[in-house]
Amino acid sequence: MAGAVEVQHTALTLTDHLPVLQVAIPFLAAPLIVLVGNRTFAWVLSFVASALALVISFLLLMAVYDGGYISYALGGWEPPWGIEYRVDAANALILFLISAIGTVVLPFAYPSVKAELKTTSHTLFYACYMLCFTGLLGVVVTGDAFNVFVFLEISSLSTYVLIAVGAERDKRALTAAYDYLIMGTIGATFFVIGIGFLYIATGTLNMADMSDRIADQGSNRAVRAGFAFIIVGMGLKVAMYPLHLWLPKAYTFAPSAVTIFLSATATKAAIYVLLRFMFTVYKPEFVFETNTSLLVFMPLAVIAMFSASFVAAFQVNFKRMLAYSSVAQVGYMLLGIALLNQTGLTATMVHMFNHGITKALLFMGAGAMFYYTGSAFYDKLGGLGRKMPITGACILIGGLSLIGVPGTAGFVSKWILVQAAFENGWWPVAIAIVLSSLLAVVYVWRAVEVLYLTPPAKNSTAKEAPLMMLIPMIILAGSCVYFGIFTDLPLGASETAANVLMNGTNGELLR
Amino acid sequence: MIDTFSAIYLSMLLPLLAMVGNLIFADRANLRDGFTFACAVATFGAVLIVLANEGSAITQEVSLVEVFPGVDIAFNVEPLGLMFALIASGLWILTHIYGIGYMRGNNEDHHARFFAYFCIAISSVMGIAFASNMFTLFLFYEILTISTYPLVAHKGNKDSVDGARVYLGILIGTSIALQLTAIIWTYALTGTLDFTEGGIMEGKVAGWLAPILLALYAFGIGKAALMPFHKWLPAAMVAPTPVSALLHAVAVVKAGVFTMLKVGVYIFGIDYLAQTGASEWLMWLAAYSIIAASVIAMMQQNLKRRLAYSTVSQLSYITLGMALATSMGALGGGMHIAMHAMGKITLFMCAGAIYVKYHKTEIYQLKGLGRAMPITFAAFFVGSLSIIGLPPLGGSWSKFLLMMGAADTGHVVIIGVLMLSSLLNVAYLLPIVARAFFLPATGDTPTSYNEAPLFCWLPPAITAVGCIILFFYAGYIQEFLMPMVGG
Repeated sequence: MAGAVEVQHTALTLTDHLPVLQVAIPFLAAPLIVLVGNRTFAWVLSFVASALALVISFLLLMAVYDGGYISYALGGWEPPWGIEYRVDAANALILFLISAIGTVVLPFAYPSVKAELKTTSHTLFYACYMLCFTGLLGVVVTGDAFNVFVFLEISSLSTYVLIAVGAERDKRALTAAYDYLIMGTIGATFFVIGIGFLYIATGTLNMADMSDRIADQGSNRAVRAGFAFIIVGMGLKVAMYPLHLWLPKAYTFAPSAVTIFLSATATKAAIYVLLRFMFTVYKPEFVFETNTSLLVFMPLAVIAMFSASFVAAFQVNFKRMLAYSSVAQVGYMLLGIALLNQTGLTATMVHMFNHGITKALLFMGAGAMFYYTGSAFYDKLGGLGRKMPITGACILIGGLSLIGVPGTAGFVSKWILVQAAFENGWWPVAIAIVLSSLLAVVYVWRAVEVLYLTPPAKNSTAKEAPLMMLIPMIILAGSCVYFGIFTDLPLGASETAANVLMNGTNGELLR
Repeated sequence: MIDTFSAIYLSMLLPLLAMVGNLIFADRANLRDGFTFACAVATFGAVLIVLANEGSAITQEVSLVEVFPGVDIAFNVEPLGLMFALIASGLWILTHIYGIGYMRGNNEDHHARFFAYFCIAISSVMGIAFASNMFTLFLFYEILTISTYPLVAHKGNKDSVDGARVYLGILIGTSIALQLTAIIWTYALTGTLDFTEGGIMEGKVAGWLAPILLALYAFGIGKAALMPFHKWLPAAMVAPTPVSALLHAVAVVKAGVFTMLKVGVYIFGIDYLAQTGASEWLMWLAAYSIIAASVIAMMQQNLKRRLAYSTVSQLSYITLGMALATSMGALGGGMHIAMHAMGKITLFMCAGAIYVKYHKTEIYQLKGLGRAMPITFAAFFVGSLSIIGLPPLGGSWSKFLLMMGAADTGHVVIIGVLMLSSLLNVAYLLPIVARAFFLPATGDTPTSYNEAPLFCWLPPAITAVGCIILFFYAGYIQEFLMPMVGG
């Protein structure tokens, strides 16, 4: 039997290597960009690499859409000894989200980066961007606990740099990057300590293997301590309330293109890791986890939904408002986890996807306006919706999706989440969800009034954004509406993913 | 012949085509408005085709796309919805003519934008009318809210921005916080959202939960303007009058009470409501709303605000009809949608005509104006009588049916409420007419014939005649609506 598997691997069909190519292509692009050192080439190569990653992730998603998983042994070293890349519906959807956003941001980034950064740093910017992209993909694709940490660090370190380059326009980006550096490092440290505990208890780093061995451990304290460390560590990266303080600053002061990319992907990758550890490595039956969900996740999620939305309603800076809204939206995702039922997990998965495209769209709108005004403060954005009609319309669609108006992507996830709450009989939570979305109406409509009903600033030179910016925005706005009506792709994959996570049934090994 | 479902899709797509036309021909006023007119006529034609094909039958649903498992965007034909579609698309033609006269006569800005949003609103009304499940209805309900927001904020001054904020705040707020909760809860309990004869709740929803769910629906359907969520309607009066006339006397508010009837008849089921007594409280609240809004209307000096509060009161008639939980009440409520639409649009178009010609908005300014605008005020008089419910005008029949429904259930007090309300209607509507015809003109009011532009007085004159015609065809409407209650 072993022989047969060996033959397949040596046969070297390209599809067999998709899981590793997913990470390897952008990873190799990064040093190549630095070596060649040409601005235009850097952009072209980034775009090609991320487009290839998008194609790969789509193929992977289609392969595991109906269930089952793909296991890839890195370097031919069989798991659990070697590093295993393991793709199932849960991470394939997130891989698809990350690579789709990574690709669609790049055309936008071209004019935006030109306007916001000095020319000498463009090449390095794209190299960093590719590293960050690689890191996030790696975190999601790998089935090895320590490998998660390695990729997490790759993405985090490059993120610190990407945020810090915002200092060319606003020096506060430096403190924002520094804050995130400290918080992110604490988070990563906690996470690696947690993995250390698990390694002590189980003697393995392969997540599937770890899972089997934890089941035999009973209520081992090392296993519990490991769980706590991992949750807190990832909680920091997720921006789980009240560990979210780094996020608003980082999103506000980073260059527009960076904010767009991070807002749609970084927290999502972290939530995925949380899901993987809570539902695959540990099982939902693990009593400690049930209590954590009920007594920690649920209240914190509800507080985040209200308090962060409330704070968002008082912001006078468009980007900062969106950042606080992200903290609130993370609350919805955590609430889906806290419900500990399959519908709840479906809601979390589908909301990661839907919120990803929605928030990317809104930050793009902010970036397009920043392109002309050099500011995201409301008093500078007055009347821009009329001067930039397409950008304005895109922001409006994104805003409606953020509120969760029917016919948009945001509605789908909210519907599933409320339904999951009713399934558990938690009707006060269901009511909390809809009430908190009223706050979203407030903060979105404040922006809409600024964009459409305030008179434009005198001598404003703003006009419609360049085509390179408009096309990504139109694609994302179209997706917000498309996935609000044709829910097959995200919802179907999310349902499969929730089934995999909740019941621990991986299904058959596909290849 | 075009088949039924093509006609339904046409009725939704033609207004959108008109919207596109408005954007393309934005600067060519006559072409633009003519094109919209043609689309309006065609939309009405499409709805007539549906009528010719299906009559008052309830058809199977046809699904466009499945959004969630068991929840589709789907349409069907059903008498109440068909009647609503006929009213909205028919009156759109008249309102469009009126709107041209009003917007030009009044030198308003941004005509193309105005008519474009108007078209989206009409399209979503068609979606509401033909929706075959609660999800589809809710989808178009929200599109209607959002597309009418820019119409309310049209003038862009502080008053209209504030008014629009109240408008959107209440309508979006109630629908997202209450109605959506109710819909998902219903889905979680029954596993379906399809409009079904006899309702879907029987045997699946405990009796004690029914009043709570009904409350979530009744307050969540903010467009029905049930007190205390009625403030958006007077706030919306800052909009140009064509909006007040078609949308805030017909399309938007009727979409609200239409949803209310649909929920009562096809989600809860009249028998289920009667068995559980779930709607008893709603009946009393609607009765209170009828009287209270009429009293507030009497105290309004601004003509459009008085008419708005009158609408709040009249809408509660329809909610009351559903809450009575008898087939007679539901029929009366359904018929009142048509009767009130015809009467109230007349009144609003008259108010707008007065504003276009003489820029008068307050009731005390109307002294003696009847001699200058005899047609407008005659139409206003006929519309008033229909709202009051006097024969030979349409409004008398729906009130009659509602009273029959109240008598069926033995609620004598409700009969009293309906009669008192008619008296209050007399008290706040007829003095306006009397003031215009019998008091001497003062100030700059002309004493000789000097009517509003043709496009402004002709449409209300036509709808006033419509009020009279409806009186003689009420029997047909009742028969037409019968399948709704299984008769």
